[in-house]
Amino acid sequence: MSHDSYPDAYIRGILNTVKTIAMVGISPKDNRPSYFAFKYLLDRGYNMIPVNPGQAGHEILGRKVYARLGDIPEPIDMVDVFRAAQYAPQIVAEALALKPRPQVIWMQLGVRNDEAAATAEAGGLKVVMNRCPKIEYGRLSSEISWMGVNSRTLTAKRANIFGRGVQRMSLARTTMTGGTTIDSAAAKSKGA
Amino acid sequence: MTERTPGFATLAVHAGAQPDPTTGARATPIYQTTSFVFDDVDHAASLFGLQTFGNIYTRIGNPTNAVLEERVAALEGGTAGLAVASGHAAQVVVMHVLMKPGDEFVASKKLYGGSINQFNHSFKNFGWNVVWADPDDIGTFERGITPKTKAIFIESIANPGGVITDIEAISAIAKRAGVPLIVDNTLATPYLCKPIEHGADVVVHSLTKFLGGHGNSIGGLIVDAGTFNWSREGRYPMLSQPRPEYNGIVLHETFGNFAFAIACRVLSLRDMGPALSPFNAFLILTGIETLPLRMARHCENTQAVAEWLAKHRKVAWVSYPGLPGDRYHNLAKKYAPNGAGAVFTFGLKGGYETGVKLVSNVKLFSHLANIGDTRSLIIHPASTTHKQLSDEQKTQAGAGPDVVRVSIGIEDKADIIGDLDQALEAA
Repeated sequence: MSHDSYPDAYIRGILNTVKTIAMVGISPKDNRPSYFAFKYLLDRGYNMIPVNPGQAGHEILGRKVYARLGDIPEPIDMVDVFRAAQYAPQIVAEALALKPRPQVIWMQLGVRNDEAAATAEAGGLKVVMNRCPKIEYGRLSSEISWMGVNSRTLTAKRANIFGRGVQRMSLARTTMTGGTTIDSAAAKSKGA
Repeated sequence: MTERTPGFATLAVHAGAQPDPTTGARATPIYQTTSFVFDDVDHAASLFGLQTFGNIYTRIGNPTNAVLEERVAALEGGTAGLAVASGHAAQVVVMHVLMKPGDEFVASKKLYGGSINQFNHSFKNFGWNVVWADPDDIGTFERGITPKTKAIFIESIANPGGVITDIEAISAIAKRAGVPLIVDNTLATPYLCKPIEHGADVVVHSLTKFLGGHGNSIGGLIVDAGTFNWSREGRYPMLSQPRPEYNGIVLHETFGNFAFAIACRVLSLRDMGPALSPFNAFLILTGIETLPLRMARHCENTQAVAEWLAKHRKVAWVSYPGLPGDRYHNLAKKYAPNGAGAVFTFGLKGGYETGVKLVSNVKLFSHLANIGDTRSLIIHPASTTHKQLSDEQKTQAGAGPDVVRVSIGIEDKADIIGDLDQALEAA
């Protein structure tokens, strides 16, 4: 799997499949990118589990915080790595030790560790690096288009509303193939 | 699965637009509303805190405008766009994010006259100081850089004389100086030139001209290329420092490679206020759907008219980069290989009096101050837009007494040439 760009179908497949996401390195501060992403994904129906040793035992957005992946008492589908790239190998090792193993290791925008990715892939996990699941959800559901962002998707099919309310969109839709996630310029620029 | 990247004409019709999720309306609806209801208090808080994507109030964003923003961002190859009330507003909004009182920016002195006025006078009231450089002498850009420089501003094809700027050479200077390169791409449109491919970090447009294309709506647009590192030296605090107006959010860290467009929206447009009407956005979007067809025709007609004028006995000179021998011809072949645009100037042997007669004699050309319309347009700057200047100032501005500016439309070229022919004969 090339990690320079990802086909939309790959990202959409992951975001459509996973239900429980452990976010490692979430901040309890409500102005941090990790908090934004956690809250957004929670609001889009994902079962979000915060992981942060400094916050263990507390709650973030009403969810109990765990110190490490191994402490989580339920199976998780995806690990979202909100830590610097140097910590990725250790987090991948912890993820591979889980029973059952998660299906996906997702490293945040600005985070890329090819060695950790290779280890995860050798263990049968899918890997996404240097992307934000909030941005990718927003892009593939077209929500992000409300902000004038180039979603790099194109379709003559209408979008679907997600659940309650009027300003939440679903991933369950069709777009013209050929989109890729935000291009390599993203790699040069940090962010969530 | 075979990967297909949509082509330019497909993007011009589709990018950013899709059937309305609730009604199925296929054309982009005009969301003529000031405000948008919240699902609940938490949803409202998330929107105001920039924690989720969505609509609050049309001064900050509107779904019709958003389609226009994504459309132009896609055509330019940028990460995000922001629509504003005019091309001038786009420049104010961009500079408001970059500049503080006492800061400087280096700008090409061969720009649209309205930009020169805005930079020379209005911007100085904010303490934003322009340093002029000459695109025909690239070294002047390098020499204009000081520790206070926050940006370089150029035009890809400059109005009125068809000056083609060497974007890559100036981009290299901007990169060495660690400042963003802003390119006004109004006259070229992304159909003829994509400045981001040549190193632009921000692209600005007057949508009023060829993008809208029908002379019916004023509008402006900012495209974020997603290429500039706003945090490197902390020189752009609107992007790299915690924002007190948003609970301490750092925009660059939060929005990554579209942070500049977000900063323009949530700091500058929100507080300065030059929002675009959704109705104008709708008209401009409709125009953009035919941009590739129109630009091809504009350029084909313009080439023919320029070649015809160059041979006319009453015409002293023609300044159009599409003509072999024009000083910008080689740059045009590099930066605008599909046509050198549709606006150019020519000189009359008969001088001022002949210019006045020519604009009075035309029957198909409209005598007015705009450019980039389906209709052919003509103006004699010395007797109109530049009348207040001295003869020397007029000549310096490319508006000497003999100069006529035309913006060639998409009518039949035989009719365009025929009108100029009869008007020149009688002049």
